[in-house]
Amino acid sequence: MPKSFFHHALKVNEDICTGCMHCLKKCPTEAIRMRSGKAKISANCCIDCGECFDACPDSAIYIEHDDLNTIFNYDYRIALVPAVLINQFKDDIPTPLIYQVIKELGFTHIFEIEQMADFLIEEIRKYAVEHAHIKPLISSFCPAIVRLIQVKFPSLTENLVLLKPPVDLAAMYWRQTLKKQGVSEDKIGLFYITPCAAKIAALKTPVGEEESQVTGVINMDFIYNRVLRKIKEEHRVDAENVELSKISSRASLWSTTEGEKKNMLGRALAIDGVHNISEFLEKVENDELPDVDYLELRACDESCAGGILLTGNRFLTVERMKKRAETIRESETPDNHFEIDNDIADYMRTNMGVQKVLPRSMMCLDENRGIAMKKMALIRDLMSHLPGVDCGTCGAPTCQALAEDIAKVEATLTNCIFLQTSMEGRGSMTAQERVETFRKIWGNK
Amino acid sequence: MMTFEYQVQPGDFTNAGFASSQVKKTLKQLNVDSAVIKRVVVALYEAEVNIVAHAHKGMIYVTIDNDKITIKLEDEGPGIPDIDLAMTAGYSTASPHVREMGFGAGMGLPNIKNNVDYLNVKSEVGVGTTVEIVVNF
Repeated sequence: MPKSFFHHALKVNEDICTGCMHCLKKCPTEAIRMRSGKAKISANCCIDCGECFDACPDSAIYIEHDDLNTIFNYDYRIALVPAVLINQFKDDIPTPLIYQVIKELGFTHIFEIEQMADFLIEEIRKYAVEHAHIKPLISSFCPAIVRLIQVKFPSLTENLVLLKPPVDLAAMYWRQTLKKQGVSEDKIGLFYITPCAAKIAALKTPVGEEESQVTGVINMDFIYNRVLRKIKEEHRVDAENVELSKISSRASLWSTTEGEKKNMLGRALAIDGVHNISEFLEKVENDELPDVDYLELRACDESCAGGILLTGNRFLTVERMKKRAETIRESETPDNHFEIDNDIADYMRTNMGVQKVLPRSMMCLDENRGIAMKKMALIRDLMSHLPGVDCGTCGAPTCQALAEDIAKVEATLTNCIFLQTSMEGRGSMTAQERVETFRKIWGNK
Repeated sequence: MMTFEYQVQPGDFTNAGFASSQVKKTLKQLNVDSAVIKRVVVALYEAEVNIVAHAHKGMIYVTIDNDKITIKLEDEGPGIPDIDLAMTAGYSTASPHVREMGFGAGMGLPNIKNNVDYLNVKSEVGVGTTVEIVVNF
């Protein structure tokens, strides 16, 4: 097993982390441990969902992204923006102005990625017909969920829809379109403005595909701040001659909760929130859920509108998105889709599949079953000694997690303060030893 | 070899599936193939729900060896009058109340059989039923 499967975008700034433990219990895969007074994220377990980022009161967790200046290495600098971006801004800032100011940051083109959603919806429907024997099919749109399934629900990797999401399709579309115009590959820079960490992680180490078509990723909060600052500083109120997206109302809502569900045939369910999804996938794994054809699962509450790199309130963002979709609908014709040239659409159809997503279980105690059974016996024995209060002062989120760490030789039983107290009482641990143990976990707190 | 025991609460559909979830977690930790885990869990869940739906007392005994899992479900309950008939798809004795809750469609035993390597059902009417399941890893 390789040491680390994934690239991760979430990092802990140890200079800021106070070891307050707020993140410890929020992590849906129990990937965090406290060591020397700092939060440490296990690379094999982290799914980049961003729950820890949200929980941190000191903003000690940050998201590594690409430097905006890297865009200038390319002649064609395309900003691939998700629909949630323009809905971060207040109603009094017109969309053309937002687009124009983003361009002024250095981009040559702006492309709203959901313009690919109509194409994708048709392809998923075809895929669903071809894979009717798999129930339920699970959307692979949210990369945090794809990783959650890999590490925690490995048997469900078979249910994932193996098609690329809108951002990859948008990148593919642009590469093909520009190449057709005679632009050479090395002049094309495609930069995704991301609402979350999971998308960055996925684009840096794509699951089920060789290499991403996207050149770089820039955090949405960074772009938001730059754009708003420029608008305020320069007292900008309006923009002219800016070409806006040609998008259908259903495509504009793709990244909101039920955005996929509403467009699927058969019985589909939409669930948002990573903890809700974990609970639900337990049931799916037990086959307790008959007759559901399609599951739309998004790690963030309110889906991408709740992305951790968004500035605006998620409920207001969704409200604006729905209002926009309504406005589009009023003047919509049946074929008001973004049009893709036939040859490029054919190319995309041929290349939009991703390879099988492999299970990468974090749960296995050892690849050798004999050893795994010995470790499990040890864990059961340890659990009968641990207090079961899940206080977290040992540096692990639960007593069970500590027991598992001990079995993996990553912690010792003396990390438990309850056991320390009784050991000291029995004279089998000195006060000095307690202090040293405490420092290993908590530093010089 | 390791053993686990779970008590089943008849009539408590809310907690039906507890044993299956626990066994699932254990098998994942033991690096059992996910397709095999799925078969175990589906069979165990069906058998667990059978006890919840029909019996008035039930226990599950799980034994995990290096190469297989053996599960014995013992209940005190009405028993199965005709096991061969109960093995037939679609046959059900579940009460309307149980069916209303989405259980008791009558696929229990055939579905268990399809997922396991060995199935033995012993039953005495008015006394209870013992279901033994083996799935090889």
